[in-house]
Amino acid sequence: MEMPIPNADVIARKARVVSRLQDVLPPDAVIHDERETRAYECDALTAYRCPPMVAVLPSSTDEVSKVLRICFEEGVPVVPRGSGTSLAGGALPTADCVILGVARMNDVLDTDYDNRIIQVQTGRTNLSVTGAVEENGFFYAPDPSSQLACAIAGNIAMNSGGAHCLKYGVTTNNLMGVTMVMMDGEVVEVGGGHLDAGGLDLLGLICGSEGQLGVVTEATLRILPKPEGARPVLMGFDDNEVAGACVSDIIKAGVLPVAIEFMDRPCIEATEAFAKAGYPMCEALLIVEVEGSDAEIDHQLSLIMDIARRHNPVELRESKSAEESAKIWLGRKSAFGAMGQINDYMCLDGTIPVSSLPMVLRRIAEMSEQFGLKVGNVFHAGDGNMHPLILFDANKPGDLELCEEFGAEILKLCVEVGGCLTGEHGVGIEKRDLMHVQYAQADLEAQMIVKDVFDPAWLLNPAKVFPLDSSEARREMAVAAE
Amino acid sequence: MTPKSELELAEMIAGASGRLSVRGGGTRGIVGVGDALSVAGLSGITLYEPGSLTMVAQAGTLVTDIEKALAKENQRLAFEPMDHRSLLGTKGKPTIGGVFAGNFSGPRRIAVGAARDFLLGVRFVDGRGEVIKNGGRVMKNVTGYDLVKLMAGSFGTLGVMSEVSLKVLPKPETEATLVLNGLSDVDAVQAMSKAMGSPFEVTGAAHDPVNGQTMLRVEGFEASVTYRIDALRALLCANVTMAEVLQEQHSATKWRDLRDVTVFHGAEGDVWRVSCKPSEGPGLAAKAMAEAHYYDWAGGLIWLRMAPDSDLRSRLGNFDGHATVVRASAATRVRLGVFQPETAGVARITKGLRARFDPKGRFNAGLMDVTS
Repeated sequence: MEMPIPNADVIARKARVVSRLQDVLPPDAVIHDERETRAYECDALTAYRCPPMVAVLPSSTDEVSKVLRICFEEGVPVVPRGSGTSLAGGALPTADCVILGVARMNDVLDTDYDNRIIQVQTGRTNLSVTGAVEENGFFYAPDPSSQLACAIAGNIAMNSGGAHCLKYGVTTNNLMGVTMVMMDGEVVEVGGGHLDAGGLDLLGLICGSEGQLGVVTEATLRILPKPEGARPVLMGFDDNEVAGACVSDIIKAGVLPVAIEFMDRPCIEATEAFAKAGYPMCEALLIVEVEGSDAEIDHQLSLIMDIARRHNPVELRESKSAEESAKIWLGRKSAFGAMGQINDYMCLDGTIPVSSLPMVLRRIAEMSEQFGLKVGNVFHAGDGNMHPLILFDANKPGDLELCEEFGAEILKLCVEVGGCLTGEHGVGIEKRDLMHVQYAQADLEAQMIVKDVFDPAWLLNPAKVFPLDSSEARREMAVAAE
Repeated sequence: MTPKSELELAEMIAGASGRLSVRGGGTRGIVGVGDALSVAGLSGITLYEPGSLTMVAQAGTLVTDIEKALAKENQRLAFEPMDHRSLLGTKGKPTIGGVFAGNFSGPRRIAVGAARDFLLGVRFVDGRGEVIKNGGRVMKNVTGYDLVKLMAGSFGTLGVMSEVSLKVLPKPETEATLVLNGLSDVDAVQAMSKAMGSPFEVTGAAHDPVNGQTMLRVEGFEASVTYRIDALRALLCANVTMAEVLQEQHSATKWRDLRDVTVFHGAEGDVWRVSCKPSEGPGLAAKAMAEAHYYDWAGGLIWLRMAPDSDLRSRLGNFDGHATVVRASAATRVRLGVFQPETAGVARITKGLRARFDPKGRFNAGLMDVTS
């Protein structure tokens, strides 16, 4: 993955930048020793690494504002970082950048059960937001797989989803307000404890902007009452197409499950060998979960199972207890780990219309043959968000490149059938150069003029999201303007 | 101007020499300065996949046509867009583009999200006449910036939408409404808050001080609705002497009236809507000195009928939320501004976006550009 050539002028000014940052931050919050900056050289897309020039760990909005002001004045690029769990390289540094980590900002600022909102500093982890309110029967709905580690800041940057968004939506649907620091240090409040914008929906624009418009330091999030209960049913089919049709029929029948998860045979086999969840060996497996009181769950599951029976399942297993539910989820939750046991893998996250599921799975299988790389599919079927896991060997020369090429073909296919490159992971650097596949130059231009407004000097996370050739003129102009 | 295709729309905008007043069906009382440019000629559902819960329609497609197509598959627009015609005395037919341009959401907004949360993709023409697409027709999409949200609620000030993709939801089997009688505003908001904080999935929570009714709607399968109504009654009715339940059609009628602000139809005065923190609703309503008011969104939305030309915003002072003029004379709209003034930082961003998407200042001049 190509990255722009670091700005030598900026690197030459490192000592001055460090000294200015030390003026506004405690000594341990400015990391500039090369042995220590290495800790920030990558995020969860570990194939790409580059230590930053400096890393800073501010503790307040005010400190973030001072840091950004200095970087603005010095013309130093800034890469914001939550917990560094991005699978897309969203927090990958450049050698001339300051990494701005929000990890020290993890306080709960206000919990307001009457209005069903919580206000947090954005370094707080996703799961610990729920942790702060669960004793009172509430939870924060978006639940990315990395929720134990990932920060709200990164969730907002990538508009993260999770397994339960079929019912509860993704981050943007659960974000009520932000405190954001602009690149020049100005602090802006957008939204708050009320619903919807009084003017343009800047909150919706900021969410998912991959840290390119500002640094979000505080967030007001919607919290929801926990359901009375939840239970899954597991169903196996001997045909992907039939499983896809079953998903469609469940949705059409007016039942809205909280989750519909799909696994294909390669994934089932790997998972079974690894976790021994007792899954049936078949072509396609669905886990469908519903919520409510016991009686409501029984009613919904019976409707769902009636639909499933019409599709001749090879297995139909309704959970009757918490233990059985845990067992059904065990395999799904260990799927990524199981695939990792076999080999290195690359996880894609293109989204497709649910109706094209069988066709896309068939094409992926054909491509798998062509490229000679194995693929397992595990994904959120209700919303069409796929997660093909391509297996490769990082130690084998050329295998990563082959895997990336295969991945790109799958993503192109997603776009071709009416879907998109990324459903919940973000573009980062990983899918940056594929943006042309989904968007024409005018479409990208319309997005880049937004960055022009928020960050005219193109200093915030500049080499991400947009294909390098599309953003080149703007980035060059920013360098020239120094 | 009523272009018949997206291409024609783009050509008209590129060739326009003056300002354009962008509209759909013209039912929302939103009027910009300039020659009328209507998308009503861009009509038709181009794709509908009930099993994927998605639909694509041209911006001028009538809301009634969309609702008819959805009803056949037992689905609906879950965000419950308001019909402004009776309140404003406007003629014409609402279009789906207009619904999203104004981000118009009804009582169910508190449970399922706003119009903007159901908009998956847009095609629009910017001020230069360039056709732009963003988002798509899938439910999860984080590919690039979310201009879809930016377009939703932008009232035609950034571009003219030509096509929208939307998420739809199944229509529940039935609904019922629990009505609590005789609560004060403060007690009603507390009761609604308690209901919204329960696991019983309330999809509407409103309070009308005039008849003293606090209304809680529940939807779903029949047995589940009965169960949840009973559970809510047990949760809330210890101190309430009178509670009743509206079944199916009665419940539906009640919520349509609340959605369309029927109680203010034909009554004199300006109409405002205030979005606020629910718990602050009663305090704000008291400050407003309105002739009448009621609460939706569990207290977070206040509909107010004010004496003509009253400056509601100066009475409310600074608060977490915004106040919008929905019905008032042209002079009042100009004097007070339809939209809540923005803080300096936000106003600067808004102005910057507008200058870039519509560099010649063609679209809906005079709308949404009030700065404090």
